[in-house]
Amino acid sequence: MTQPAVQAARTAAEEAARRSYGRLVAILSARTRDIAASEDALADAFTRALERWPVDGVPAQPEAWLLSVARHRTLDAWRHSRVLDAATQTLLVLADEVGVDAPGGDAVPDERLRLLFVCAHPAIDAAARAPLMLQTVLGLDAARIAGAFLTAPATLGQRLVRAKARIRMAGIPFEYPRASDLPQRLQDVLDGIYATYGTGWDDIDGADATQRGLTAEAIDLCRILCTLMPREPEPRGLLALMLFCESRATARRGDAGDYVPLDVQDTARWNPAMRDQAEQALRAAASMHAPGAYQIEAAIQSAHCARRLGAQVPPEALVALYDGLLALRPSIGAQVSRACAIANAAGPAEGLRALEALAPADIASYQPYWAARAHLLAAGGLAAEARGAYARASGLSTSAAVRAHLAAAAARL
Amino acid sequence: MHYMLMFYQPESEFLQRDEAVAQAYRASWMDYVGAIRQSGITLNGHGLQPPMTGTTLRVRGDKRQVQDGPFADTKEQLGGYYVIDVPDLDTALEWAARAPCATTGGVEVRPVFTSPQM
Repeated sequence: MTQPAVQAARTAAEEAARRSYGRLVAILSARTRDIAASEDALADAFTRALERWPVDGVPAQPEAWLLSVARHRTLDAWRHSRVLDAATQTLLVLADEVGVDAPGGDAVPDERLRLLFVCAHPAIDAAARAPLMLQTVLGLDAARIAGAFLTAPATLGQRLVRAKARIRMAGIPFEYPRASDLPQRLQDVLDGIYATYGTGWDDIDGADATQRGLTAEAIDLCRILCTLMPREPEPRGLLALMLFCESRATARRGDAGDYVPLDVQDTARWNPAMRDQAEQALRAAASMHAPGAYQIEAAIQSAHCARRLGAQVPPEALVALYDGLLALRPSIGAQVSRACAIANAAGPAEGLRALEALAPADIASYQPYWAARAHLLAAGGLAAEARGAYARASGLSTSAAVRAHLAAAAARL
Repeated sequence: MHYMLMFYQPESEFLQRDEAVAQAYRASWMDYVGAIRQSGITLNGHGLQPPMTGTTLRVRGDKRQVQDGPFADTKEQLGGYYVIDVPDLDTALEWAARAPCATTGGVEVRPVFTSPQM
């Protein structure tokens, strides 16, 4: 085999993996419910492709080739383990083959939506849901996921193995949720995606890829979800929210790597194309007339961006948006943000009053609370108390740039 | 669960000669120590004098070997520790990530052995 042929095979295999890993896992697991075995079979199929394609040439439909090889691997594995009788095995595989080759269908059907719903099933440990989506739908390796979620790789590995075993043993169906379950089940999928995005939001100091969060991957997952559920507004709301945040990502650090808060960010460093996409997604969601928490969060981001770009946004409007968000989905983060919005509308004393209403146990190690409190105390002229709150916020931060920002603010008092 | 957080710092931090940098670094540790104490999860903890102040003893057969310096001569050295009481490893890792040396050195998180009678 020639060097160019080897290279062409590798490129084709890498492209197929990037484009279709999740689709292939989804199809392979849909009937068997055995995600772990499907991943193993697919890994075997990729190994086989790297052996065969340099000799035989890259097939016209690489995904179909991979799927067929992986299916036969699965069948072989079954024959050895004898979990099912031979007739049942053959029927299952035939049923899948028929599904794929049905006239008019795509060469490779898209079962990823069912896979997403399985990964976020309530019977699965909540901490495993997002990692499971990332591994099965995007094919991310466990070490990368563990780093982003600040989980020990061994712990994450166990969680993923347990989750996959549970899907298989408990017979969690690869089915679209019932209409009555859909809102909660969709919420679980969206929460998993947003948790994934959150891994990259706080930690932007890390320069190398293994330390970076998974923001791009979360946006990819959400785009897939929007395509698969075009008539649901909340996936678009979440997409808009993440795109608004992402459009400002590079402006969050100054030239020297220093932390720059939203109200002094250089708006020339925002990404206008991404912001347009965000506005577009938010409009599309709003046109469906079914407000939800993610749409409101996106609307809040939209208002913040618009205000910085010179639009007159009444400060009371932001308080009202936070009230709406808290009514739909109470969270400590939204409470803290609402207190800041109140401070903007009615002065720091009112903001502090709202902060002081929060339960001590909820805020003891919640960094944004202490940063907000320090900021409002400083604005209210309470220098000594503000210094204490800045120190607490700094001690709870995981970012050297944020610590430096807080120390500088405390020193200015 | 009780976990020990062991803070490993690169040699350069122990030898920091730039007083402004050293002071900022100390201040960030003070903030961390304050935050972890105020959160009510600490059982025990200390900062240590620099590794070159350590003395290492080994007994081999009937021979005692006493050496100046730390146990192992590595790029990163133990600078201090905390024992914390938190629900799980994920929470312990969260606290480890907040330590100022997490970005320059590293933090080892290890469960503390507790005998069943205790």
